[in-house]
Amino acid sequence: MIFDYATLKVIWWCIVGGIIVVFALTDGWDLGIGMLSPFLGKSDDERRIILRSIEPNWEGNQTWLVIAGGVLFAAWPLVYAASFSGMYMAMLLVLFALFFRPVGFKYRNKVADLRWRTAWDWGLFVGGFVPALVFGIAFGNLLQGVPFHFDAEMRAHYTGTFWQLLNPFALLAGVASVAMLAMHGAAYLGLRVDGVIQARAARTARMAGIVVVVAFAAAGVWVATGIDGYRITMIPDPNGQPNPLAKTVAKLPGAWLDNYGRHRWTLAAPLAAFAGVFGVSVSVGLRRSRVTLVASALAVTGVILTAGLSMFPFIMPSSSVPNSSLTAWDAVSSWRTLQIMFWVTVFFVPLIAFYTSWVYAKLRGTITLETIRSEN
Amino acid sequence: MLPELDLVNVSRLQFAATAMFHFLFVPLTLGLSWVLVICESVYVMTGRQIYRDMTRFWGLLFGINFVMGVTTGLTLEFQFGTNWAYYAHYVGDVFGVPLAIEGLMAFILESTFVGLFFFGWHRLGKVEHLMVTFLVALGSNLSALWILIANGWMQNPVGAEFNYETMRMELTSMSAVLFNPVAQAKFVHTVAAGYVTACMFVLGVSSYYLLKARDVAFALRSFAVAAGFGLASTLSVIVLGDESGYTTGETQKVKLAVIEAEWETQKAPASFTAFGFPNDTAQRTDHAIHIPWLLGLIATRSVTEEVAGIKELKQNHLERIESGMIAYAQLRKLRAGEKTEATRALFEKHKNDLGFGLLLKKYTANVVDASPAQKQAAADDTIPKVAPLFWSFRIMVGLGMLFLFIFAASFFFLAIRNLAPQRWLMRLAVVCIPLPWIASELGWFVAEYGRQPWTISGVLPTFLSVSSLDASSVYASLGAFVAFYTGLSVIEMYLMLKYIRLGPRSLGTGRYFGEANAPSLGARRVPQPAGAGED
Repeated sequence: MIFDYATLKVIWWCIVGGIIVVFALTDGWDLGIGMLSPFLGKSDDERRIILRSIEPNWEGNQTWLVIAGGVLFAAWPLVYAASFSGMYMAMLLVLFALFFRPVGFKYRNKVADLRWRTAWDWGLFVGGFVPALVFGIAFGNLLQGVPFHFDAEMRAHYTGTFWQLLNPFALLAGVASVAMLAMHGAAYLGLRVDGVIQARAARTARMAGIVVVVAFAAAGVWVATGIDGYRITMIPDPNGQPNPLAKTVAKLPGAWLDNYGRHRWTLAAPLAAFAGVFGVSVSVGLRRSRVTLVASALAVTGVILTAGLSMFPFIMPSSSVPNSSLTAWDAVSSWRTLQIMFWVTVFFVPLIAFYTSWVYAKLRGTITLETIRSEN
Repeated sequence: MLPELDLVNVSRLQFAATAMFHFLFVPLTLGLSWVLVICESVYVMTGRQIYRDMTRFWGLLFGINFVMGVTTGLTLEFQFGTNWAYYAHYVGDVFGVPLAIEGLMAFILESTFVGLFFFGWHRLGKVEHLMVTFLVALGSNLSALWILIANGWMQNPVGAEFNYETMRMELTSMSAVLFNPVAQAKFVHTVAAGYVTACMFVLGVSSYYLLKARDVAFALRSFAVAAGFGLASTLSVIVLGDESGYTTGETQKVKLAVIEAEWETQKAPASFTAFGFPNDTAQRTDHAIHIPWLLGLIATRSVTEEVAGIKELKQNHLERIESGMIAYAQLRKLRAGEKTEATRALFEKHKNDLGFGLLLKKYTANVVDASPAQKQAAADDTIPKVAPLFWSFRIMVGLGMLFLFIFAASFFFLAIRNLAPQRWLMRLAVVCIPLPWIASELGWFVAEYGRQPWTISGVLPTFLSVSSLDASSVYASLGAFVAFYTGLSVIEMYLMLKYIRLGPRSLGTGRYFGEANAPSLGARRVPQPAGAGED
């Protein structure tokens, strides 16, 4: 199948969005459980059980982040370049926090000393909490636009500071993100453990869900009434050579609601977010762990798609020079690269889904102290 | 606006530091994964428990090392964006492709199955588990393949073309990128070097047990696996050394000339400089010892082809810089909208030298007004310093020969069943454990430092590739990386040594040295009850 350039560009927006959602759905529970384990586990044994619920699988899940990085590089090189270098300190914060995870999981149980283990538990907390927070903050900043522009040779220049990223709206998005992944982690944990830890996980999922709804609704009102959105006022043919400097962009209040007015179906995303959290709350009361996890996944997907669909086709709007904004139409690779990478993705993603499910199936079952003893 | 040199230098330092940290862990992962496959295959075929224990014990050490590879590898995936943003824009269309495929095809395969390797012993059938181990090894090695395809493209950028509309390199032929001869040679050389590293590690650790006369059955079998696999790998590293890829691509030619300190183009077949003191200022090698014919034979696999010398290459580069100035002048017109047929034709004619024109940006932002002195300075820049490469390469090759000797001797004494008295060989194997890491790091240095002044050979100069950042933020991040990685490496070393000292008893099977029902030291000499050592 050969697609025209404009169609491929839309497909690629969907692929990148899909990869981000899959990352949030799978590694989201690893990040959530990482940040919850010091609180939900009251003893070393309890924490071992909690961490064991994700230990054999988290590494594959995190790879979706690596894939997202690689795919951004290949399909949206300007986004990869401008966002990673612009938000330099924020990106490094995520990286250093993530460093704690591979070593944390592996090294924690290699020494019996309790101080050693507690230190790694807090390392894993940082490895879950900081990325969740920064990802939220990053989305919060993308929604407001980031101060950057390109010069004539397409070199990106970021003109803001690190501290500017920590503005009130972005922090609200950060809170929403932390609560969302905590909810998702607690939902997954509820499925994998039993007894007192399961009860704690259920309560946590419900509480975190309430924070998600409040933060998400507040951010929605803020986007509708407080912060400016962006709108393309003129753009060259999307089938032509991509050039982010060739379009004109207006920054104006309420522009992030454009898509919901034009395409009613997009309202499904925010509705899914609300319905998902509601489902978490109800199923927790009914002790249906499986339903809780599905509902939580619905909420996570809804929240992320809401942010993405509000901004489409924008990916990274520029607040300082709006015409330098990066969109799905002009931040992309050549037609050939998009076409090749499309087939690579179409081939490998189902394959990955297949063997990942097989691995999960082999590792299924409730994790108890007996599980851990039998594995040593 | 041009990046400042301070920023360029600290960004390079950071990339070098993080890449070299990463490569402290990668070679062992690459090789040890196959050692696990070999041990477990024997277990599945013979059903002998000791091979399962070997898989689990070397797997334990594999795991401690593996996570450091992941920790340090994450940085490299993101660093092109954080610190080399202009590079990311300029070549992402081509370079991003193998990187993305690496994630989708290889890294996720390895990461998904590695957990099951450790937690699947009771949950999988024998053959199923072997398949999981195999997929981990396959994933990590495929990972190396795609990374080296990306790196090979930096050395020899085939299958791509500059597009003035988008101001970047764009992919024209995926198969040219995949079957880039430089990438193929690098892949074989690099993974084989990883196998050597792992075999030296297993050989050395097993020798340590043998010298201590503990876990002898376990250590001997491990020693044998390492000796056989190690001998084959060392031979591939040397025979398929990536010198074979040094004849294609401009930078590879430069690298070859610099490594060999070949100042003048010699009459074919060129002689090989075995030893000497390269002198950059006088452009000659003092006290050189030449071996006739050898270089020509190694580099060109012929007696008639010439190997270009440094002075000749520099002269060619001066011409390409002048051509690049024309390309740059046309590019500016095209970017300004002056897209006449004449401009376009002139640009097309000279665009392969655009990168050489960009070298002048270090001296004059305008490029087109460069003075003869500036052009000469830019041409001089195209040759990296000779001595560091000359020596690094020779130390690497010398170490390779030493490994060949160790593995050949080990293999020989095993084959004639006379290993036990060769305590000198076991001691040598223990002492040599760290050396493959030195050889690997030197290999990277030769490949990457030898490519300077380019990030993409002949296309994009290093100093233009960096992100527009404050040098101070990069100093801060460099400090943090070094501190963090050093700390984690110390912890990793501590755990490695702890478990090496514990030995296979750390598996808690009750069959090994230091365990209650293990055969005691003296018991080795008396006939053992059946099934005591292995079952």
